[in-house]
Amino acid sequence: MSSSVQVPAGASERAYHLAEEHEHEAGSSTMLGFWLYLMSDCLIFAMLFASYGVYSGSTAGGPDAKELFDLPLVALNTAMLLFSSITYGFAMIAAEEGKKAATLRWLAITGVFGLCFLGIEMYEFSHLIHEGAGPQRSAFLSAFFTLVGTHGLHVTFGIVWLTTLMVQVAKHGLGAANMRRLMCLSLFWHFLDVVWIGVFTFVYLLGVL
Amino acid sequence: MSETLTKLIFGRLTIESFPIHEPIIVMTFIAVAIGGAAVLAALTYFKLWGYLWKEWFTTVDHKRIGIMYMILGIVMLLRGFADAVMMRGQQAMAFGQNEGFLNAHHYDQVFTAHGVIMIFFVAMPLVTGLMNYIVPLQIGARDVSFPFLNNFSFWMTASGVVIVMASLFVGEFARTGWLAFAPLSGLDYSPDVGVDYYIWALQLAGVGTLLSGVNLIATIVKMRAPGMGLMKMPIFTWSALVTNILIVAAFPVLTAVLAMLSLDRYVGTNFFTNTLGGNPMMYVNMIWIWGHPEVYILILPAFGVFSEIVSTFSGKRLFGYTSMVYALLVITILSYLVWLHHFFTMGSGASVNSFFGITTMIISIPTGAKIFNWLFTMYRGRIRYELPMLWAIAFMLTFTIGGMTGVLLAVPPADFVLHNSLFLVAHFHNVIIGGVVFGMFAGINYWFPKAFGFKLDKKWGLVSFWCWFVGFWVAFTPLYVLGLMGITRRLRHFDDPSLQIWFIIAAVGAAIIAVGIAAFLVQIAVSIMNRDKLRDFTGDPWGGRSLEWATSSPPPDYNFAFTPVVHDMDAWYDMKEHKYARPTEGFTAIHMPSNTWAGIVLAGISTVFGLAMVWYIWWLAALSFVAVIGVAIYHTFNYNRDFHIPVEEVIETERQRTADLQAAGV
Repeated sequence: MSSSVQVPAGASERAYHLAEEHEHEAGSSTMLGFWLYLMSDCLIFAMLFASYGVYSGSTAGGPDAKELFDLPLVALNTAMLLFSSITYGFAMIAAEEGKKAATLRWLAITGVFGLCFLGIEMYEFSHLIHEGAGPQRSAFLSAFFTLVGTHGLHVTFGIVWLTTLMVQVAKHGLGAANMRRLMCLSLFWHFLDVVWIGVFTFVYLLGVL
Repeated sequence: MSETLTKLIFGRLTIESFPIHEPIIVMTFIAVAIGGAAVLAALTYFKLWGYLWKEWFTTVDHKRIGIMYMILGIVMLLRGFADAVMMRGQQAMAFGQNEGFLNAHHYDQVFTAHGVIMIFFVAMPLVTGLMNYIVPLQIGARDVSFPFLNNFSFWMTASGVVIVMASLFVGEFARTGWLAFAPLSGLDYSPDVGVDYYIWALQLAGVGTLLSGVNLIATIVKMRAPGMGLMKMPIFTWSALVTNILIVAAFPVLTAVLAMLSLDRYVGTNFFTNTLGGNPMMYVNMIWIWGHPEVYILILPAFGVFSEIVSTFSGKRLFGYTSMVYALLVITILSYLVWLHHFFTMGSGASVNSFFGITTMIISIPTGAKIFNWLFTMYRGRIRYELPMLWAIAFMLTFTIGGMTGVLLAVPPADFVLHNSLFLVAHFHNVIIGGVVFGMFAGINYWFPKAFGFKLDKKWGLVSFWCWFVGFWVAFTPLYVLGLMGITRRLRHFDDPSLQIWFIIAAVGAAIIAVGIAAFLVQIAVSIMNRDKLRDFTGDPWGGRSLEWATSSPPPDYNFAFTPVVHDMDAWYDMKEHKYARPTEGFTAIHMPSNTWAGIVLAGISTVFGLAMVWYIWWLAALSFVAVIGVAIYHTFNYNRDFHIPVEEVIETERQRTADLQAAGV
């Protein structure tokens, strides 16, 4: 909006309004707004990471990270999420080229990877709870379940959003509004990937090593 | 009905949840019910529901949303002040044999509710309302970046208000103090609904606050008029920008810490418990990491208001604009580095306490710079002592003293003596009343003519001003004295009769402030009655300097028929200096966002969700949660969110404006 204004050199009269109105492009601030939202979300994760950092040793005589975490399973899970990011990238490439069917296909594949991730995570959680290592056992486990669970909750919402957006793309095609929405979800999805890399590194790897 | 079935349907809501044995609450309920019924009946009788729904509740116009925020804040000021009066009354009476009129159970709720309401539901709506109304006008925009989100944010704030108010009549409110410190707020020590009311009120209102923060940052960054570089932005807009950056950077912390507290209470996790590895001091740390920036979220917009007012009423450009901007930025950053000064007594050791003590003292440097800049702006100015300027001067006197007692408290050894004393209570009221409240009254008196087209009555404004100013000092000086004598805060009953006189003086001060509040309401009523005499047709009643004064009062829906172009920091003053002629032809249709029902509906269902969670009515919580998601998704299928104001309407509005200006002789 802050386009440069032509003020004729040496002119005594300055222009104090735009004679020609150019219409505000709908949603011209959406990407900035969504970035700001993501950064605020990032702060929620920052608090959860900080709590995990403080509580990681507070096992209250219960099981600790070394005993609990199953790295091969987490590696598989990480692969699911990373693949889903790649496939979302393919969906965006297809969308930029205006290929609706391909976009929908890649989005569906992304969703399936997301669901696999959630499935494995739920299996891991139920396994831990079954072993008596539920979130109530110690502050360490409270922080672990909350951090990882909050991430999982975000992925769940991402999948709901993805499904909604697939219906909308199918119905209304790849117009400006839908492209904007795809971009937002893309940011969200990759953001969750980045957060997961943090979880994988600081919670699982550092916990087991 | 079997007990399990009742539990399934009503959760822990029983007939005993209604406090029918508390005469004060019953009387309040009757008064509120009669008053509420009268308002509803009047709205129905005058057939105003359709108008309210179409023009206000569903509006996406930043001006109307701003006004709704202001009304919400003023209404809640009455509630929060009623709590204050009860506390002052109780403490003035409850000596020796006299137990006062509040039992401990009730008194603890009163001081908690007072703090929560005054910060979250008075100061925040007033601040957000002013920013909402003024910022788009000051930057020459037609609305905010996300108009629907703006409406939704307002209603989420209102949703928090509904939940807090519900706690007055159904169940109870938290008895923990306004920050609900763990482990007192944990399930072990607060098994009742009070803390849950607290959590859900703040969580729902917090969604609104965060989104409105995102919205205003995007608006200020993206929607400024051409030519308005960052260093040509009006100083109030600057203060709004840093405030909203603080909101976006601080409120997620509150969301996270309250979520952890909820998990402790609902799921049985051990974040802040005394057992199984939990650590209550984590709660205290985290909530103050949000809490300290929060007080700057409140005061920085007030600084912006005073900057505008001092400059306008001294008839001078603001002194040291650049240093004002940098002071705002420095305060923004420093506000994140001082949280631990709220609990030096935690025992974190000399090094940590020194660090936080020093960072706290450093904040007084940019703040002091601002005070000097205001004084230098006044120096050799042609000062007009209109109401906003009086509030500004009272602020400078009051706030400076409050700031100095703050620096005193920043010294860790002194803080060990004064921690949790009435000295602290006097200090933060000194800066919040002297800063934020005076700032909001200054802002209301300053911008009211812009919003409604007529000035506020000066005589009643003066009564209100003097009662607030004098009342504040009468009410809080005794608290400084008592604090220095070692009296701690939140006490319900005292043994030492020699202290009573100070509490009586403080109560007299509260009574004077009550007159100030009443006079403010009278001021508004009298002004509405005399609006024709107080009318301003120019749109610029004070000789203003920034763009909001360039348009009519009240501004048309589209704010500016043509996008203004800015050449100077004082854009409107610059236009006047250059004899800018307002265009009277060449109008076009104007693109605007459409109203939407989605905000109020989503917030309404969220309120139900919050209340269901408070009362453990799980089926309703699940249902309303699914409904919120469903309605939100349904709303995203609406792609037609804008319309054009037809050019005939623009021409007619602007013709009227031309006639008004001619009649006013401009």
